[in-house]
Amino acid sequence: MAPAIELTGITKRFPGVVANDDIHLEVAEGEIHAICGENGAGKSTLMKILYGMQPPDSGTIRIQGDEVELHSPAQAIELGIGMVHQHFMLADQLTVLENVILGAEPMRSLGRIDFQAGREHLDEVGRAYGLDINADDLVETLEVGERQRVEIIKVLYRGAKILILDEPTAVLVPQEVDELFRNIRELKASGATILFIDHKLDEVLEIADTITVLRQGRTVGTVKPGEVTAHDLAEMMIGSELPVPDAGASTVTEEVALELSGLRVAGEGDRAVVDDVTLSVHRGEIVGIAGVEGNGQAELVNAIIGIQDPDQGVITLLGRDITHVSVRHRREMGLGYVPQDRHRDGLLLGFTLWENAALGHQTEKPYSRGPWLSRLGMRGRANRIKEDFDVRTPNIEVSAHALSGGNQQKLIVGREMVADPAVLIANHPTRGIDVGAQAAVWDDIRDARSRGLATLLVSADLDELIGLSDTIVVMLRGRLVARLDPNDVTPRDLGAYMTGAALEAGAP
Amino acid sequence: MTERLTHRLMLASAAPIAAVVIAVVLSSIVLLISGSNPLAAYADMVQHASKLETQVDILNRATPLYLSGVAAAIGFRMNLFNIGVEGQYLLAFIVAAHLGAQVELPSVLHIAFILVVAMAVGGMFSGAAGVLKVTRGVNEVISTIMLNAVVISGLAAWWIVEWQAGGEISATGGRVGTEPIAESGLLPDINSWLEVFTREVGLGKKLTGMLVVALVVGVVYHVILNRTVFGFDLRSSGANPTASHVGGVSPKRMVVIAMTLSGMVAGLVGMTELMDTGYYPSNPISLLGFTGIAVALLGRNHPAGVAVAALIFGFLDVSSGILQISGAASREIVEIMKGVIILTAVIAYEVVRRIREREEAAAAAAAMAASPGADA
Ligand SMILES: Nc1ncnc2c1ncn2[C@@H]1O[C@H](COP(=O)(O)OP(=O)(O)OP(=O)(O)O)[C@@H](O)[C@H]1O
Ligand SMILES: [Mg+2]
Repeated sequence: MAPAIELTGITKRFPGVVANDDIHLEVAEGEIHAICGENGAGKSTLMKILYGMQPPDSGTIRIQGDEVELHSPAQAIELGIGMVHQHFMLADQLTVLENVILGAEPMRSLGRIDFQAGREHLDEVGRAYGLDINADDLVETLEVGERQRVEIIKVLYRGAKILILDEPTAVLVPQEVDELFRNIRELKASGATILFIDHKLDEVLEIADTITVLRQGRTVGTVKPGEVTAHDLAEMMIGSELPVPDAGASTVTEEVALELSGLRVAGEGDRAVVDDVTLSVHRGEIVGIAGVEGNGQAELVNAIIGIQDPDQGVITLLGRDITHVSVRHRREMGLGYVPQDRHRDGLLLGFTLWENAALGHQTEKPYSRGPWLSRLGMRGRANRIKEDFDVRTPNIEVSAHALSGGNQQKLIVGREMVADPAVLIANHPTRGIDVGAQAAVWDDIRDARSRGLATLLVSADLDELIGLSDTIVVMLRGRLVARLDPNDVTPRDLGAYMTGAALEAGAP
Repeated sequence: MTERLTHRLMLASAAPIAAVVIAVVLSSIVLLISGSNPLAAYADMVQHASKLETQVDILNRATPLYLSGVAAAIGFRMNLFNIGVEGQYLLAFIVAAHLGAQVELPSVLHIAFILVVAMAVGGMFSGAAGVLKVTRGVNEVISTIMLNAVVISGLAAWWIVEWQAGGEISATGGRVGTEPIAESGLLPDINSWLEVFTREVGLGKKLTGMLVVALVVGVVYHVILNRTVFGFDLRSSGANPTASHVGGVSPKRMVVIAMTLSGMVAGLVGMTELMDTGYYPSNPISLLGFTGIAVALLGRNHPAGVAVAALIFGFLDVSSGILQISGAASREIVEIMKGVIILTAVIAYEVVRRIREREEAAAAAAAMAASPGADA
C-alpha cells in the first residue's frame, strides 16, 4: 500500500535561513509519526508546507501515492489533511460550535447557517472519536486542554484522515497529556494517520510508532521507539546528552524578596479564584507552584504583575507594599515576567526583534534615556540576547513573526534575564523550548539564583518543578493546599496532590 | 547600496502611484461613458495646476486636510477610529473664534492663545469619547458619531446665534458669523516665503501661515511616535494591548491619551480658515474631518505619506472648480476619483507587501546559494 504521506526533496528558504533542506519523509497509513528536532529545525515549516500554508521552493508531496501541489489549506482539507497549530487559532468570543463550523458552515436556504445540522455533525464526530466537549461553551471559558480538543474536533469535523498536531503537549499538564494520548490512540484505532511534533522525548517514545528527527532543516534519521532511548534521540537532535534539571546546592537567604499575605482575587460571581494565599519567596530561592491549569495560578500571577487588582491582601516587593502600584512601577522596581502565552502577553509579532527586546523595559537604560528611545541601546541589547540565549535568527531586524516558536520563547526569557531582575515570575518558562535550550535556560535561572534572584516558578512540567525548585507549593481551587520538599517528592506524588487525590486520602 | 535604496523607495511608492493610475483609468471610463473627453478634462486640470496661484490654492486646501489626516492617524495607531474629527474641529473653531474675539493681546500671544484654545477644546471633546470608552465601554465610533451630532446640529448651531456679531439678530435677519478677531490674532500669510523661490503671487491669493503649523505638527508626530518612549508605548499598545499592558502600559490610559492628542490636532483643522478670516461664518468649511480619515488611510498613517495624500486630495478638490468653469467634465468626477484612489490604494498596498516579502526571500536564497554552508 502507498504511504499516507510521502515528501521528497522538500526545500524551503526564508530570508537568511534554510528552514527545510531537501527533506524526505514517509508516513505509513494509520501510524502515529513523531517529528523531533531542536528549535528552528524546521518542523513547523515542514508541517505548514504539508498543510498547504506555505509553498515549498522545491520538492514533491504525495498523498496516498498521488502527487499533489498544495496552494492552500482548503486544498489540503479536501485531501483529508488537518492541522492543529502550535499557537491556537480559536475565536475567544464564539462558542465551541461556532468555532468548529467557522469556515465550513452548513447552509440552509437564503444563506442562513444551519446550526442544527452543525451540532449533529459535531456530536457525531465527538462520539466517533471519543472526544467529549460541550458545544455551547464559550471558548473564552475553556481550559487549555479543552481548547485543544476543540481544535482537534474542528479538524476532524472537516473530515480529516491525516492529522497534524504541532506541539500538542506543550500546553498540557500530565493528566491532560494522558487524556490527549488516549484520544490519539482512539483516532489511530479508527483509521486516522497522525503526525505530531513534540520536544518531550519520553512522551514521544511512549506514543509514537515511528520517529523522524530533523536538525537544521535536514532529516537526520527515522527510528522506531523500541530501538532507541531518550538519550539517543537527544543526541540525534542536538548532538549532546539529555540534560536533567538539578537544583544544586541551596542558596536560599533570610531576606524576603516577594511576599503575599492573605491574597484574594474574586472571579465571576464573587467566588474567590485566588483564596487567602500567603507565600514568601526569599532572595536566592525558587518557589515552584504546582497545579492543574485553571486553579487560580493565572489570576495569582496577574495580581503579582499588577494587571488584575486583588480585592484583599497585600503584595510586598523588596519590602515595599505594591498591592496597588502600577505595572510599570513594579517592572522598574525589578519585577521580571515570563508570560505563559507568548503571543498574547509576550510579543509584538509585527515588530522587529530589537523592539521586542525592549518591551516591558522601555523606560529603563539602555533602551531609553529620559523620554527618548535609544535605538542603539535597543539593538545592542537585542544582539546580546541573540548571542547569549542562542536565539536562532539571521538578524535582529526581522519581525518576531519570523522566529520559530521556541526561539520566540528564548527571546522572551533572554529579555527578562538580561534586565537582571530582583524577582522573576516565570510562567512556564521553557514551554516549547527544545531539550538543549531548556538546559541552558535552567542554568541561567540557577546562576541568577545564586546571585540572589527570587523566582516564582509556575510550570506544568513536573520534572522542571521538582528539579529546579527549592520549595514546591500546590495550588488547588485557588488555595495553597500543600507545601512539599522537592527532594522527597516524585512526579507521581505531585500529580496526586494536584488533583486533590492525596488530600482526600488523608495525606499531610 | 544606492541602487537598493532607490529600489526600496520605488516599491514604497508603487502602491500609491498604482492607485492614482488606476483611478485615472477608471475615471476616464466614467468620463467617456458620460460623454466627456477625458484627455481634455485632464489637460485642463494639469494646466490649471501648473499655475502658481492654483498651487497656493492646493496648499491652502491640503493644510487642513493634512491636520485632519494626522488627527485620524493618531487614532488609527492606537486602533481607535476617531470619526469625531469633524465635530471636534467645528467646535474648536467656533469656541476659538468667540474667545479669540474677546481678548486683547500682543500679536504672538494672541495667535498662540487662539491655537491653544482650539487644541484644548478639540482635545477635551475627543478625550471625553476616550473616557467613555474606558469607563463605560462605549465604542469610540458610536460616541464620536453622537458627539458629532451634538456639535453640528446642537452646540455650533446654538452658539452661532448666541455669539452673533452685533448681538442677537432675529432669525430672519440672517446670520453673519461670530464677532471678528482683532488683526493681532490673525496669522499673516507666508507669500513672501514662497516668493523667495518663485515670482510674485497674483490674484490676491494668500498662502496660509497654518502651513508652517501643519509642518511642525507633522514633524512632532513623527518624532514622538518613533523616537520617544511614549511613542513606543502608543505603538505597542495599539499593536498588542495585552502584551503591552504586561509590559507596563495601561491600555485604558493610552486610549484616553491617544483620543485627546487626536482631538488636539483636530482642533487645529479649522484654524486655516479662522486665521485668515477672523471669524466663524454661518457656513464654515465642512467635511474636512471625514476626508481626513481617507487621507490617513491613503497615507498609511505615516507623517510623510499623509502629506502626499493631503496634496493629492487638495489637487483634486481645487481641480473640481476648473472642470466646472471649463465645462470639460462634471465636477463630480473628482469625487469618483477620490473614492477609487482609496479603494485601489488599500488593495495595492497589500499587493506590494506580498511582492516585497517574496523578493526578500528570493534575495536571501540567492545570497545563500552563493555561499554554501552559511546556513547555521
Ligand atoms: N515566516 C517566516 N519568515 C522568516 N523566517 C521564518 C518564517 N517562519 C519560519 N522561519 C524560520 O525558519 C526556521 C524554521 O522554523 P520552524 O518554525 O519551522 O521551526 P520549528 O522546528 O518549528 O521550531 P520550534 O521548535 O521552535 O517551534 C527558523 O529559523 C525560523 O526563524
Ligand atoms: Mg514550531
